Amino acid sequence: MAKEIERAGILTVHICTIVPISKTVGANRIIPASAIPYPLGDPSKSREEERALRRKMVEKAFNAIKTKIDGQKVF
Amino acid sequence: MERKYRVVHYLNQFFGRIGGEDKAGTGPLGREGAVGPGLLFQEFFGHDAEVVGTVICGDNYFNEHPQEAKDKLLEFIKGYGPDILLAGPAFNAGRYGIACGAICSHVSDQLGITSVTGMFSENAGVELYRKSAYIIETKASLTGMKDASGKMVTLAMKLARGERLISPEEEGYIPKGVRMNYSADKKGAARAVDMLLKKLKGEPFTTEYCMPVFDRVEVLPPIDNLSEITLALITSGGIVPRGNPDHIEASSAKRYGKYDIQGVDQLRPDEYETAHGGYDPTYANEDPHRVLPLDVIREMEQEGVIDRLYPYYYATVGNGTSVANAKEFAQKIVKDLIRDGVQAVIISST
Repeated sequence: MAKEIERAGILTVHICTIVPISKTVGANRIIPASAIPYPLGDPSKSREEERALRRKMVEKAFNAIKTKIDGQKVF
Repeated sequence: MERKYRVVHYLNQFFGRIGGEDKAGTGPLGREGAVGPGLLFQEFFGHDAEVVGTVICGDNYFNEHPQEAKDKLLEFIKGYGPDILLAGPAFNAGRYGIACGAICSHVSDQLGITSVTGMFSENAGVELYRKSAYIIETKASLTGMKDASGKMVTLAMKLARGERLISPEEEGYIPKGVRMNYSADKKGAARAVDMLLKKLKGEPFTTEYCMPVFDRVEVLPPIDNLSEITLALITSGGIVPRGNPDHIEASSAKRYGKYDIQGVDQLRPDEYETAHGGYDPTYANEDPHRVLPLDVIREMEQEGVIDRLYPYYYATVGNGTSVANAKEFAQKIVKDLIRDGVQAVIISST
């Protein structure tokens, strides 16, 4: 999906746990996530810490949108 | 009499009889003898080989800690002193396929023994490991178990005995991209003309040298002024309004949903859930933001980091979903996004 949306001209960032899949499929801007059942969280942390972790990942994604890349990049 | 070959078999938590998705975090462990599908392998091996041990690892553990998993599994495998490693078959299970491919190529590399696995052609493990591992092509689901097991055993025995392989098509494995010399009946020039004539007549023919297909999408330039963009959210993690109103399938999804989030700041667990059947839903159902980060994106929208979050989000289930379907979903979704002036998308995947 990431590839098809980007092909249509809309910049796409992929936040995912299994980075090799994203790379193989062909996403260009990739953000590694925490874990398969909770990519943007961590149930072992408090809700506040979890939200902070999630915010960090989303900030990373926004940063990826602002970054010039020459090929696939894992941020 | 020829000695019996020693076989070790790799399984995930499910086939290894440890448990379902709730046990997908299980670390590597070893078991004496054959377990689950290994019993079928043993039948096919007959007296030629013995499944002496089974190594098992949870799919999530393997994919979240690939190096530790490979190292620990290698130690267990070494301990059995095997001649052959069989892994899976993984059918269309992506995490399992990646684990099978990774352990096969690692073990062949480190121990120099034969290793064979089996997968469906669209399994993510195929593209990653087809060059470094022998992968028997299987059906997408368990119904292909017997056929796959027979082919895996035949190929493994041939390799272990150092017999010459005919061709990937004949042996049933996915081409590794290795070219082998053989004596053909006709000269190259005659074969080329034959092929050309068939092509002119519109008859089927098989090339002797496949050209690689690169399907890469050109990188788009960055966007500097985030504060002026409309951003859309998509997830393949199956977050849907409770009750799954669009009936998105828990695996092999044939549809996606589009959900109105105007005025929604929080995905409350009593209003949203996951429809995904490929991971333990406990954590996503407790807090859907663990898969779809609406809470922090709203917060950042209010802070003015972006101008606007698109008033809908899209969700599907990425679990054995065919590439063709995923492509079609994206092509439909992107029409909305272009029409409504969305400049960037974040996709979250489990």
